[in-house]
Amino acid sequence: MSAPTVPPRSPSPAESSATAPVTTVGRMAVELDERMTFSPWLRRTLNKVYPEHWSFLLGEIALYSFVVLLLTGTYLTLFFDATMQEVVYEGSYAPLRGVEMSGAYASSLDISFDVRGGLLMRQIHHWAALLFVAAIFVHMMRIFFTGAFRKPREANWTIGILLLVLATLEGFTGYSLPDDLLSGTGLRIASAIVLSVPVIGTWGQYAVFGGEFPGDDIIGRFYIAHVLLIPGILLILISVHLLLVVKQKHTQFPGPGKSESNVLGHRFYPVFMANGGSLFMVVFAVVAALGGLVQMNPIWLYGPYNPAQVSSGSQPDWYVGFLDGSTRLFPDWDISIFGYQIPAIFWPTAVLPGVLVTLLLLYPLIERKLTKDTARHNLLQRPRDVPVRTSLGMMVITFYMILWISGGNDLIADKFNISLNAMTWIGRIGLIVLPPIVYMVTYRLCLGLQRHDRKVLEHGIETGIIRRLPSGEFIEVHQPLGPVDEHGHGLLQYGGAPIPKKMNTLGTGGRRVRGFFTPIEEPPARSEREQPELSGRPSDERP
Amino acid sequence: MSNHRAGTDPDHPAESATGARAVPSVEDLSRMSHRELEQLGLRLDDTEVHVLSEPPPPGSIAEKRAERQVALAFGLATAFAFAFVVVFWGAGWFLPDWEYRIDGPLFGALFTPLLGLTMGGALLFLGVGIVLWIKKLMPHEVAVQQRHDGPSPPVDARTAGSTIMAGFDRTGFTRHKIVRRSLLGAAGALGLLAVMPLGGLIKSPDRRDELFHTSWGEGIRLLRDDGTPIRPSDMQPGSLETVFPAVEGGNRQADAATMLIRLRREQVEDIQPAAGQEDFGYEDYLAFSKICTHAGCPVSLYEQETGRILCPCHQSQFDVTRNASPAFGPAARPLPQLPIEVDEEGYFVARGDYPEPVGPSFWNREKS
Repeated sequence: MSAPTVPPRSPSPAESSATAPVTTVGRMAVELDERMTFSPWLRRTLNKVYPEHWSFLLGEIALYSFVVLLLTGTYLTLFFDATMQEVVYEGSYAPLRGVEMSGAYASSLDISFDVRGGLLMRQIHHWAALLFVAAIFVHMMRIFFTGAFRKPREANWTIGILLLVLATLEGFTGYSLPDDLLSGTGLRIASAIVLSVPVIGTWGQYAVFGGEFPGDDIIGRFYIAHVLLIPGILLILISVHLLLVVKQKHTQFPGPGKSESNVLGHRFYPVFMANGGSLFMVVFAVVAALGGLVQMNPIWLYGPYNPAQVSSGSQPDWYVGFLDGSTRLFPDWDISIFGYQIPAIFWPTAVLPGVLVTLLLLYPLIERKLTKDTARHNLLQRPRDVPVRTSLGMMVITFYMILWISGGNDLIADKFNISLNAMTWIGRIGLIVLPPIVYMVTYRLCLGLQRHDRKVLEHGIETGIIRRLPSGEFIEVHQPLGPVDEHGHGLLQYGGAPIPKKMNTLGTGGRRVRGFFTPIEEPPARSEREQPELSGRPSDERP
Repeated sequence: MSNHRAGTDPDHPAESATGARAVPSVEDLSRMSHRELEQLGLRLDDTEVHVLSEPPPPGSIAEKRAERQVALAFGLATAFAFAFVVVFWGAGWFLPDWEYRIDGPLFGALFTPLLGLTMGGALLFLGVGIVLWIKKLMPHEVAVQQRHDGPSPPVDARTAGSTIMAGFDRTGFTRHKIVRRSLLGAAGALGLLAVMPLGGLIKSPDRRDELFHTSWGEGIRLLRDDGTPIRPSDMQPGSLETVFPAVEGGNRQADAATMLIRLRREQVEDIQPAAGQEDFGYEDYLAFSKICTHAGCPVSLYEQETGRILCPCHQSQFDVTRNASPAFGPAARPLPQLPIEVDEEGYFVARGDYPEPVGPSFWNREKS
């Protein structure tokens, strides 16, 4: 029973104390503990139990992408020069040699062509950024659809939404830094959005850009925001986010042995820790492989920014795409009040994201008001059990997806030979018509799934076995999931956990035969007797 | 169980624990094995661990196989990591140069993919090895821990609240009116002081009138990007040329880019100029701002068949013969038209600046 960290010097516990440190590390730990008194905290942290579910890894993926971003981003700062000073390119990419460009673009080209491994780092950084925002998005959807934002975790929901907004800003500022033709076009549109704000728009433009577009300041300002300001806030918010998860303990899905007052899973040390480490390795591996093998943002093909040039098929990074789409779809409704203008672009690019973020921030409050549910919740909900929330979520996702697809409607029009104007109108009409339809369909699906759960609980699983009664009637035998009453109806109540609906999920299919591509063993012989006992009476009601 | 987290001193939960959580004496502790102490720690942290299945017994064939699998994964990770080092360091030494050259050696094009492949492989197999280790060589357990969430024990909540109230009372903040008011005043003034440096960012957009004017003006030549002027005979009907004002750095100014369009003959009859701008064109030539009135992208795609200009950013379309008014999409205003003529040397020149601000709209656009 001796622990593996100590040499087996003390076979008898009585002989020497197992608590006296034998190793150097152990003695150092004792010295430290004499000064810091960290043992109680350390033991609690190592013993803390974390529940497991694949969907709980989504937030971890975001976290690990962030770590990759910090590592690769720091590397890139060693070579990047955030200046809009014009230089003549003399690097090793021949087609652009002799071309006038900003120092930022020239140094981005140098990173890509003249720094050993620089292109790999740049591409890993960009891929990790795309994954970072994507993981945050999917993680947020998981939190939303399972009700993990409910009391006591409203604060962490709020922090999460702020992280999403900041991650988007961080992505946009980073994407603008190379000052290539594509990112410059993005900046041009950003300037138009700032200009469109009523009353203070022109002042905003001069404050952000330091003058008329493009000015000489914007790359330098975006740079410090991208490498210090926003990452600093992100780092603080991520730390608080994680500390709250540790402090409040993770939610879990309902299931055998799980309750509101316990948490069932793995201790932090060693299994959860090792799992996290392996996931970090796999996330890093995926973005590293993408960064090396799949080209991302080939800035040298776009050329330096030139306000008189643009290429068709100019699309931003994916997480800005929905704003591009909303801008394309919104009609030409310029408003004029006493000769003052509110440009149409103000609504889809400034008001719409503002409204969406506000709704997200307020959602826990809204739901609390409407459901009057003020209880604490540590058990998650299945989306089907909360049809209104699930349908609302699907409605918003539909709205978002139409905007997102419309952000590339020129490419779709081109590749599928559809009129561009038709694509715009499909988007406009779809944006209004589809979300309510999706709401209703989702609602019906949720109710249907709920009913099916209850039906199986009441009548049992369909076995596929047809029995002929003495009266000549044919019935299908149902396998009850638990004790039944005198009518053969199951007595189990629905508890929010998945209901087994096929016989083999009850273990009647026998053991899985080993082997990956082909079986490497004989399937165990099964006699008639091993057939599951079809207990209970066949349900006499047709569902 | 309400003040279960042994209450008031989270750093020493054991001291006030009772019953099942009673702590053995120091001598007892010294007599316990590591495994027993671990169990005691779990009990103190309200955690039960249930072993679902043990790993394969020591020395068994299954254990040996699992060990080999884990070691294979770690071995592959090592191999990939070394391969990365070899590719990275060896390039230009015993391997060909790593720099990419167009039509250069293949290795230059493969350098970055090889780095990504080897780095990804090393990291992936390290992760896979850890997963195999957990799954095949560690006991499968499930731990159940009590949460102890909810409000703090009443004694803590009440005393903490009262500590704040009593301390606040001792400061006399409510009693000393003059201290309070002067402090609030100082806080306000310091807050104002703190935001003042941001004023360095604020510039008046109206002082220099930049938003309302471009560098076009009377007699300024229309130049191509390469600086050459244009004669009316230079362009084919139905073609478009992007032109810039003949001023220092004119071809880099974000608001000056202009499209000089030569209409096809049958389009000339269809021209419907804006009121007051009937004479802005020159014969079958028209000049419009290239900066979209929607979001400021250069409207670059000219379809000569339909006489429409398309902005590739948000697909606004402008009708050249109808004064470049928007025909579809989110843009609301026509592209401003530049008045042009031909100077005595036969080259195109502007007759003045644009009559209105170019580019995206803003609040006081009409109030120049």
